[in-house]
Parts: sequence; C-alpha cells; structure tokens
Amino acid sequence: MTPPADEILSTTGAPLLALRGVGKRFANAVTALDGLDMEVRQGEFLSLLGPSGCGKSTALRLIAGLSEPTAGRIDWNGADAPRRAGGAGASGAGAISFVFQEPTLMPWANVFANVHLPLRLSGVSRREAEPAILEALEMVGLSAFREAYPRELSGGMKMRVSIARALVTKPRLLLMDEPFAALDEITRFKLNNDLLQLWRQLGCTIVFVTHSVFESVFLSSRILVFRARPGRVFAEVSIDPAQPRDDAFRTSPEYAGLCRQTSTALARAMDAGAG
Amino acid sequence: MERSPFRWLLPAAVLALVVIAWELVVRLNQLPPYILPSPVLVAQTLVKDRAVLFQSLLVTLNTTVMALAFAVLGGVGLALVFASARIIEFSLFPIAVILQVTPIIAIAPLMLIYLSTDTAVLVCAWIVAFFPVLANTTLGLKSIDPNLRDLFRLSGASGWQTLVQLKLPSALPYFLGGLRIAGGLALIGAVVGEIAAGSAGQGSGLAFRIVESAYRLNIPRLFASLLLISFAGILIYGVLSLVSWLALRRWHESELGGA
Repeated sequence: MTPPADEILSTTGAPLLALRGVGKRFANAVTALDGLDMEVRQGEFLSLLGPSGCGKSTALRLIAGLSEPTAGRIDWNGADAPRRAGGAGASGAGAISFVFQEPTLMPWANVFANVHLPLRLSGVSRREAEPAILEALEMVGLSAFREAYPRELSGGMKMRVSIARALVTKPRLLLMDEPFAALDEITRFKLNNDLLQLWRQLGCTIVFVTHSVFESVFLSSRILVFRARPGRVFAEVSIDPAQPRDDAFRTSPEYAGLCRQTSTALARAMDAGAG
Repeated sequence: MERSPFRWLLPAAVLALVVIAWELVVRLNQLPPYILPSPVLVAQTLVKDRAVLFQSLLVTLNTTVMALAFAVLGGVGLALVFASARIIEFSLFPIAVILQVTPIIAIAPLMLIYLSTDTAVLVCAWIVAFFPVLANTTLGLKSIDPNLRDLFRLSGASGWQTLVQLKLPSALPYFLGGLRIAGGLALIGAVVGEIAAGSAGQGSGLAFRIVESAYRLNIPRLFASLLLISFAGILIYGVLSLVSWLALRRWHESELGGA
C-alpha cells in the first residue's frame, strides 16, 4: 500500500501555489493576515498550526478562493490554477476540495446523494457518477451506508461522508479546516490513520488546519506554525515523509521529540502574538 | 408510552365524558334547546339538515383551500424575491406587517364593499394566511448553513442549482411550519369573512349558517355548524401535518419519532 520513500519524495517539492505578502482585512476592520508568505508544494501533507485567531483558517479560505486577499497575491503554478469560486475560469472539475470543521452534509439527502453533490453540480448524472461515488464510499469504509441519512450516522461517520464527498472529484488539492476537532480522541486517531493512507494512495496535496500539535506531527510532512497579530508564518517544522506513520510512531521517541520541537515553536509563536 | 393504546384511549375517554356530562346537564336541568341543545339533538340536526350543512361545509373548505393555495404562491414567491434583494424586502415588508396586524374583522366590511361576496371572503382568508407563509419561508431562506453555501460556491453551482438544491430544501421545514399555522388562519379568515357577509344577509358558508341560525334562534343548527367548522379545522390541520410528516420524516428533527 505504501509506496517506497523515494517515490514520495520525487512527487514532493515543486511548488503548487505560493502566497506572497498576503493580507486579509475584514469589513469590521479585523486584520486576520498581514504579510503572509507561504508555499504549498506538490504532493505534500502540509499542516497549518497555530493559536485561534492567527488566521490559519482564513489562509485556507483564500487558497480555496472562498474569499479574496486584501493585499498581496496567490500564485498558482501554471496549469494548476483551480476553478475560481463562482465557476468562472474552470480548469477541469474538482481541482480543489474543501472539508469543513463540521461535516456540512445536506440533512435532507442520503449518504449517496451527499457524496454525489459536487459531481451533480458540475452536471454529472447519477448514473455516470455512480462508480466514482461508490469508490469514494469504499475508501472511507462506508459502502454499507449509502442509503443512510446523516442524522442516522455518528459524528465520525458523518466526517467520513464529508471526506468521501471531497474525494469524489479526485481533487489535486485537498483543503481541510480542523476536520477532526469536534471528534473524540479514539475516532480522531482512527481517522488520522485513514487519512494518511488515503493521502498515500491518492497522491494528492493536502493542506490541513489544526490546533493540535500531536495531530500535526503525526500527519504532516511539513508544519507551518502561525502567530497572531499580525497573522503570518512564524516557524516551520519538516518531518521526513518517508517516516512510517503508525501506532509505533505515535509512541516513539522521534515522535515525542518532534512534538516537543513543535510545541516550543508554538509557545514562542503565542508569546510573539500576545504582545 | 409512544406506542401505548393509552395515547389515544385516554383523550378519547375524556372527550366522551365531556359529551356525556353535557347531555346530563341538559336532561337534569331540562334546558330548552334554544338555550343549550343536547349533544343528541345536535347530532340529529346534523343528520336532518345535512344537505344544507354539508353544502356549506364544502363552500367554507373550498374558500379555505383556495386562500391557502394563493397564500403559498404569494408567500413563497415574495419570500424568494425578499431573499434575493434586500432592498425589496426593506420596501415591502412594512406593508405585509400592516396587513398582518390590522384585525381581519375590521378589514372585512371594506372588502365586501369593493368585491363580490365570494371574492371578499376569499381575500379575507388569503390576507391572514399569507403572512405566516411569507415570514417563515423568508426565515428559512436566510437560515442556510454558510458552509454548505461555500461548498456550492466551490463546486461552481449556478444560481438555479443553489436555489433548487440548497435554498428550497433548507427552507422546507420552516415553510411547512408556516403552512400549518396558515391553514388554521385561512379557516379563521374565511369564517370572519363569511360572518361579515352574513350580517349583510349574503353568503352560503358555515359561518353564514351560524349567523343565520342565531337570527332564527335555531340553536341546534348553530351547534351543528360549529361542529362542522371544528371538523374542517381538524381536517386541514391533519392533512397539513401529514404533508409535513411525509416531507420531513427521513431527515428533520421536528418529525423524528412523530409516527
């Protein structure tokens, strides 16, 4: 299942997009981001870690095109520019998928219809979409629940549906905004493992917003630690992507060391933002 | 308790006791029918006058259903306009409120001057039924999950797709709640309109029969008409509740465990 390390490394590295001097000031005069410089590299699992109010979710929404920066620019690497929100300038369906903190399912539609939604909105009929939908449900282990309604599912299962919906378009870039924050730890560990497996299997790029040091170290090939006031990148932690991520890793001294290093960076970022 | 036969047996027994007590009060006190008719006499009148009473029931039901249909068309239509353009909502909402807060009984005589009797009654019923549909649907259209809205934007959904696949389903539970209120109000509006028309000596609905029976001191028939109006109200409420249950039972909290 896991490709050899050099194969992963070869697909990682080339920048997919870069934020250059990006600022975001809201209408209520709150400045979420100021002078943000960051890169997202092809095939990496990038975590944005930081205290609340540091603008990490805002950065994710800017990348998604759900809002526009008030300063600076976002450069996409050539043909990788996604369709912009609103549908103008589409370059192939599903360049970007977004997973929200809440499952954000349509309560009136069953699991199958919820996963169908992104394809349906780009004009793919139920019958044409069926193989892709079943594949996505298979990937998140919910094949048996295609007819179930969201209210009949547990929190973890709803989040799996949400991930299946994000994967159904075979995105090049998957943006996740604290997707597991509301789940219990057992479910979160399980979904962490499954997400890593999906990432290796699909070879897509993931940008993952979290406020958990442990989660970010376990998942990421690279962590950007954000600070607040002004919201921007404060520190960067790189983790060997070839490192197997399993339960042994979770209890290893390397993991503990990386968590300590990241926690220290986060603590200094919070000190810097508190002034 | 949900499935226990006591759920319907107890209320039925209470209702039966009330009717028996009423019968006893009339018999023991030997009350004349023009003061208080006994339930048996009311039932007999219902059967005896069935031709005229059921004709009136149909008239009232017809008015109510038509008013409700127009309230749905107007209420949902205007709510969609409101949701798409705040400026129109600002401009028109006060008029909708004025129509709502002015008692319909005060407007009815005016309607009877300008319009034919049937139309005036229909307009009265429509005015009161319109507002809850408008207000609830507007609320529903504004209560859309912002993340789902973002998801639709991200997927490049057209305005039409967003309306049909996101806004209307989101607003449905609110709309159905408004519809249930509107159903009861439409009947009240129809009755008010008919009573206003009845005092002018015109009309054919159940409320007109009540006014007519009161003038003639035909109290048993008055009670029979009243019974039929109650029945019409229960029927409308039951049908609308069924519609709501059918539409929401799979997914909305309000209808969970409802059946």
